[in-house]
Amino acid sequence: MNADSGYWAFFAEHRAEILGATLDHIVLVVIAMALAILIAVPLGMFIVQRRVLRGAALGLANIFQTIPSLALFGFLIPIPFIGGIGKRTAIVALVLYALLPILRNTYVGLTGVDPAILEAAEAMGMTRAQILFRVRLPLALGVILAGIRTATIITIGVATIAAAIGAGGLGTFIFRGVALVSDSLILAGAIPAALLALLADFLLGLVERRLRVA
Amino acid sequence: MNAKIDSSLWNLIEFREVSFHISAIPGREVISGVSLTIVQGETVVLLGRSGSGKTTLLRLINAMLLPTRGQVLVQGRATSDWDPIRLRRGIGYVIQEAGLFPHFTVAENVGLVPTLEKWDRCRTAVRVGELLSLVGLDAGEFAGRRPRELSGGQRQRVGVARALAADPPILLMDEPFGALDPVTRAELQREFRGLTQRLGKTIVFVTHDLREALLLASRIVLLEGGRIVAAATPQDFIHLDHPEVRAFTTALNGAPGVPA
Repeated sequence: MNADSGYWAFFAEHRAEILGATLDHIVLVVIAMALAILIAVPLGMFIVQRRVLRGAALGLANIFQTIPSLALFGFLIPIPFIGGIGKRTAIVALVLYALLPILRNTYVGLTGVDPAILEAAEAMGMTRAQILFRVRLPLALGVILAGIRTATIITIGVATIAAAIGAGGLGTFIFRGVALVSDSLILAGAIPAALLALLADFLLGLVERRLRVA
Repeated sequence: MNAKIDSSLWNLIEFREVSFHISAIPGREVISGVSLTIVQGETVVLLGRSGSGKTTLLRLINAMLLPTRGQVLVQGRATSDWDPIRLRRGIGYVIQEAGLFPHFTVAENVGLVPTLEKWDRCRTAVRVGELLSLVGLDAGEFAGRRPRELSGGQRQRVGVARALAADPPILLMDEPFGALDPVTRAELQREFRGLTQRLGKTIVFVTHDLREALLLASRIVLLEGGRIVAAATPQDFIHLDHPEVRAFTTALNGAPGVPA
């Protein structure tokens, strides 16, 4: 039996567990992304006109993004309520990680609107809220979605590391495979994780192209 | 100037000793001590070089800027006392490249102010149709298009239609034809002249093009360094003895291929 068919036999034998771990992984990513979007998009809209807050918010998000992921998990574990071992801590870390790309793209998208268009909107007597919701936001949607796409890819990747603190998901196979020196086990986690990231990138890319307004 | 039109009803726009400076650049005034009265139905062209303060003067009228000193009155009321949203909805505004919303159709662009003013759908749709034909665009063909599917001239027509949508008494225009090719520009200038004569709007029009000013203005106001240096009807303007006026007429006559 060659190595190749060995992998396939392994995958076939453990397909239920691999599928289960993939679903766990997807749930982790979806929850984290939903929370990150709910925080970062409104925050991005809020800081457009507020200079001081903007620096603070972008700076903080930048710090979270810069801390190595395993270290961030480590920092969170001793914190009461959000910390500990398990899914909850992992989700908090994934949200913190996903914030920066979404926040930054929301801000850049909203402020990148052609000044002539904003001038016309203001001169026609649109209120600040109307300009934000009817002009800036629709025109920024493509850029915001690009941020969400980047954040999703990052989150799918970082979520594999979340297995280290007991969050489950595809990382479980990878860590176990490394410990047991089993290529089959490592690939059982690595291949679905890679496919998941590629699929998410492709699908979100399609949506993004539809939303971009020339 | 004329005693019998000295009432707030007729003095639609009035600058009283207006100065404006940007706080970041102390000492340098963008507008210095400007007094100007614009009456109902006039087409006043603000002429001047880049940086002479024309656009600033325009933006002081619809409270996009507020004067540092002095007052700007619209319909007898200082712009600082107006609710800026109400004031602006009563003033049409057209800029270079039109500033159309790329994510709106032509009909949505033109119908924006009526929609903001909560007109019902049917009335807005009728109004949009009227306006498009007024600016020479076939509603059936253009209403559903996006701005990027239009030529520069068509975009500018839509910009004019949008500014006229809620039938504002005042129209502000900031080099609206500046980015067009010369042929289209001449076409739109002629049509616009016909349009203004029919509509009887009060128009303040910014340009650096003397020829455009001579064609469209009932009165030309020349700005230099944030001050008004000359004001006259087009017929009188070209004979004024002021160095900046001469600079403009010389540039016009000196340009090759310009008919006298």
